[in-house]
Amino acid sequence: MSTPVISQFPYRGDPVAPVRLLEVDGTLTGGGGSVPPMDDEQMLSALWLMMLSRAFDDKGTSLQRQGRFGTFSAVRGQEASVVGSALALDPARDWIVPQYRELPALVNHGLPLESFILYFSGHPAGGYIPEGVRLLPIQISIAAQLPHAVGLAWGLRLQGLDAVVLVYFGDGASSEGDFHEACNLAGVVKAPVIFFLQNNGWAISTPRSRQTAARTFAERAPGYGFDGVVVDGNDLLAVYAATRAAVERARAGGGPTLIESQTYRLGAHNTADDPTRYVAEEVLDSWRDRDPILRVQRYLAACGRWNESIAAKAQEEISQTIDAAFAAARAVAPPTAEDLFLHTYAELTERQARQLREYEMPATGPANG
Amino acid sequence: MSVMNILEAIRDALGTEMAADDRVILLGQDIGKFGGIFRATDGLYAQFGGERVIDMPLAEGAIIGSALGLALSGLRPVAEIQFLGFARQAFHQIVSQVARMRHRSRGRFAASMVIRAPFGGGVRTPELHSDAVECQFAQAQGLKVIAPSNPYDAKGMLLAAIRDPDPVLFCEPLHGYRSIKGDVPSSAYTVDFSKANVVRQGNDITLIGWSSAVNVALRAAEALATEGIEATVVDIRSLLPLDVGGIVAAVESTGRCVIVHEAPLTAGFGAEIAATLAREAFYSLQAPIERVTGPDAPYPLAGAEQMYLPGVDRVVAAARRTAQGQ
Repeated sequence: MSTPVISQFPYRGDPVAPVRLLEVDGTLTGGGGSVPPMDDEQMLSALWLMMLSRAFDDKGTSLQRQGRFGTFSAVRGQEASVVGSALALDPARDWIVPQYRELPALVNHGLPLESFILYFSGHPAGGYIPEGVRLLPIQISIAAQLPHAVGLAWGLRLQGLDAVVLVYFGDGASSEGDFHEACNLAGVVKAPVIFFLQNNGWAISTPRSRQTAARTFAERAPGYGFDGVVVDGNDLLAVYAATRAAVERARAGGGPTLIESQTYRLGAHNTADDPTRYVAEEVLDSWRDRDPILRVQRYLAACGRWNESIAAKAQEEISQTIDAAFAAARAVAPPTAEDLFLHTYAELTERQARQLREYEMPATGPANG
Repeated sequence: MSVMNILEAIRDALGTEMAADDRVILLGQDIGKFGGIFRATDGLYAQFGGERVIDMPLAEGAIIGSALGLALSGLRPVAEIQFLGFARQAFHQIVSQVARMRHRSRGRFAASMVIRAPFGGGVRTPELHSDAVECQFAQAQGLKVIAPSNPYDAKGMLLAAIRDPDPVLFCEPLHGYRSIKGDVPSSAYTVDFSKANVVRQGNDITLIGWSSAVNVALRAAEALATEGIEATVVDIRSLLPLDVGGIVAAVESTGRCVIVHEAPLTAGFGAEIAATLAREAFYSLQAPIERVTGPDAPYPLAGAEQMYLPGVDRVVAAARRTAQGQ
């Protein structure tokens, strides 16, 4: 008598090692003879975006502390993850469906920095994405954007376009039902979508270990009928290469990919959070050593493309860019009562029109009708 | 022109608009070869193929969430949810995402899409299939919540909904799907659902309802007529937005009003209508506004549903009280 089969899919084994192309010391993983997926010019552009992001985090946090900017979520520590993935897309045809912690990706895709500032300053105008910019608005409801991305990608494909959609979300979002429903549907319809999961270790204060018992998030992909990949999310080159491969697969009709970018949130969840209550300093220190920006700077320095004077010039340029964006945002007139109602529908309803008149003449206007 | 029931009118509208507009696609569970659990899409798979009549995984959130993405891609999705009560599985997508997309993007993106779902009781369904939850969506500013009561309106309102730039939750009367029949033109036409419809004229009292309740109100009006009470019956057609002017005018003409709906009394949409009339038609009211609704209890199993549903007798009794009230 044979032994009864009690498990055909046993869960055992070590987690896969993340794909890495650039070591912490700035050398190529494959050694000097290997060819990086980006040339030096592309890496300099990427570095500029990463430094812009870091500088914006500093400036925004400082202004928030002074009451001059709203609560927002810093990218700090995740710059390679965000920038490497965004640069693998073609802004002229591909779409990004963001969460809320992807500033440099949005900027690279065409969002004016002042729009981002307006949004997190609480100005309704910040929700507007300029015509022609292939971005959906920032998503605050965790994981809700995932089925939108699948529908968008699928719809573009149904209309014969070769566009690809990349959707950002986090380790916490993977616990939501929308993640499962979106992955499942994407597999069924072979949507040209890239699920880009930034595993930054934390969902506010809840550690990654409380989100899943699985070794990795990416290994869930085969359960949905498509491929997954784990990358070192602090390695610009690995993130870029993995995303580019997923983009090419999706564009060629090969369907979705789940990329787990293993990175670390070096700052707080947002400016209202206090991570000292739950993150150990020595853990933070170990990730500071793996800073994604330093890694790229070390590589470029070894190639003779980066030094202190180049860095100083870049910092100055970035600082001016950010200051100009804050100045432009401050110049926008404050919201009016009309902004409360406009764009709820294509046209104001009769009731809305009446309520708006009431705002405009509170003493004599009609009651809510 | 031909006589159709509500399902046939809906199917006719879907086929008409799919033939006229390549962007229109249908999404739902079992809507393809099977033609939908109520046959609302019968024949459309054969006519338009699997790329436009799409069987979806069993996940209401994914159906609605992906329909929003499909709409943003430039298509015009019409999603079917098998029973409106199951749309609660997609509540966050409908209320937080679909309804707000235009507003939160300052007009850059519109969720031009329709969600169709039957609702209401009286056909002995299993548990949770009969809940009248349309009112729970009526606070989702940005969404239109409409509910036809007859075949003519069903076709014309659905065509208008598909062409509407804003998202529309199209609530279909499950109880009247096959039993309510009427003349329906074969041509494409639209019904302006932003206007309430006076379906019967009478001088003594105004009965207000939508969907199946309109037919309950009409039957009550016939019974009241034998007692010498002539009722106006108003089909509001749309909960959100509400045609305030239309219902106010209809109540001012009689000074008396009974509102009929299937959902429980507390926080039902009748409360919104009554409060609006109390403010806007106060000086013409000659008696308190009454509401005839489901009780404040969960929808029961089928064996008890006839006690639950607001029937003709209860409407007649309330109308009689109201008509005699000072």
